[in-house]
Amino acid sequence: MTLTLSGVGYRYAGADRPSLLDIDLELPDGAVVGLAGPSEAGKTTLCLVASGLAPRTVGGRIRGSITLDGENVDAWPMHRLSQQIGIGFQNPATQLSQVSATVFEEVAFGPMNLAVPRDEVVASTWEALATMGIDDLAERDPLRLSGGQQQLVAMAGLLAMRPAHLVLDEPTAQLDPAGTTLVGEAIARLASDGTSILIAEQKTDLLATVASRVVVLDEGRIALSGPTDEVLNDPRLVELGVAEPAPVRLARAARAAGIDPARLEAAHG
Amino acid sequence: MVELHAEGLVHVYREGGVRALDGVTCSIAPAERVALIGQNGSGKTTLVRHLNGLLRPTEGRVTLDGTDASRLTVAQLARRVGLVFQDPDRQVFAASVRAEVEFGPRNLGATGADLRSAVAFALTATGLEGERSTNPYDLGQSRRKLLALASVLAMGTPVLILDEPTTGQDARGVERVRAIVEAVTGEGRTVIAISHDMRFVADTFERVIVMRAGRIILDGTPAEVFARASWEALRSTYLEPTLAARVGQRLGLGSTPTDATVIDALR
Repeated sequence: MTLTLSGVGYRYAGADRPSLLDIDLELPDGAVVGLAGPSEAGKTTLCLVASGLAPRTVGGRIRGSITLDGENVDAWPMHRLSQQIGIGFQNPATQLSQVSATVFEEVAFGPMNLAVPRDEVVASTWEALATMGIDDLAERDPLRLSGGQQQLVAMAGLLAMRPAHLVLDEPTAQLDPAGTTLVGEAIARLASDGTSILIAEQKTDLLATVASRVVVLDEGRIALSGPTDEVLNDPRLVELGVAEPAPVRLARAARAAGIDPARLEAAHG
Repeated sequence: MVELHAEGLVHVYREGGVRALDGVTCSIAPAERVALIGQNGSGKTTLVRHLNGLLRPTEGRVTLDGTDASRLTVAQLARRVGLVFQDPDRQVFAASVRAEVEFGPRNLGATGADLRSAVAFALTATGLEGERSTNPYDLGQSRRKLLALASVLAMGTPVLILDEPTTGQDARGVERVRAIVEAVTGEGRTVIAISHDMRFVADTFERVIVMRAGRIILDGTPAEVFARASWEALRSTYLEPTLAARVGQRLGLGSTPTDATVIDALR
């Protein structure tokens, strides 16, 4: 299934100007699209709009169209849309249900609410816990975990729902390098199973490994869009205030010092 | 300015539970710029919470200029050690950016010109001077995080502790945080920062402490901690040396933790 945004604009209730303008975006099956951009460029807003939470629960006004396989979803209520599109928030504390006594229940919460048969819920919950490397936390209280651990629990909760499309807003913000790698691997596995993923990230090094395309937002508009390599090597990235991936930054420092970056590239890896 | 010392620090959150800190001893001198790195759950946050009295040790002790922290009240500690939480929403509460930043220094007794200059310094450093009357919750997450930093910065504590200050920051935000660390230590104040961002750590700090399972496993300059000899220890706690360190090693340049040191070695 393809999720398509055409000419989408969005304005929060009471805001004096729109937060998004003229957004065209396509998420076909199995595609991983990275979303980069400086702070307050509209990345979180685009995540809310693409997942349907804005305007349905957030309010505000939307323009343009959002379609799933060509069918306009404007009239779809949130519960119908959320079976197709999952969203992971930046702050895992906002994501957790606050009603589950254990991590296992927390991860099972989503599929239980989608009325998935019990055996399937149990199986997909254990699978999701294993994928995020947190099986050993299954009996723990989700509200008494570190921020990083909560982020992995929130991610497992999304995996357990097996959505066709997944929108992730900085899923690795609180994670250590090992946790970030796990999220990267989970994304790659989901994509190979056909899930399409839109992932907003400041960590362009992560986007370089998981995304096939990257979109860079600036002041609510798409400033750059294209294949990952092309966008992440674009010299305009720095002017836009986006951190370059480590190899790109090192190569730029080399060129500035009159050193051939090829001397360094041979030593990457 | 304050000399910090932790001696044989052990912390157990729940009786019979794991030792979140398992015998940590270290000294941090005034004006030092220290990064604290390690896996989630390695004890970094638990350690820094002992330095400002949010947690009391199960065993061992923390001293500030030789005085046992347990003899100091929370108010006395707050004058010496400022802590910026990882999640700004646990910290931010006022109705305007200005009120938020004034709260700390006011509570420490600052008034008039002193208060104004403390607030102005903090707002300028974090790039929020144009947002004085803005409601903190109208700021995006990344600027709300800079606001939490500003509100502690304004207190002028001799020790400033930052828990994951670059999380969610764009390139300009990271540069702001780096500049703040430099400015603060330039005034003789100490900065201790927890971070998972190895590039920021190597670029910004002069000392790096690596924790694993409640203990310190490495403690040295970025050149020492990211040198080939330390990679095994780093990887034992799932940390990777910076790209610059790996490239420098392959090219036989010695230990080059940052882009700048690689380039200098090649010139």
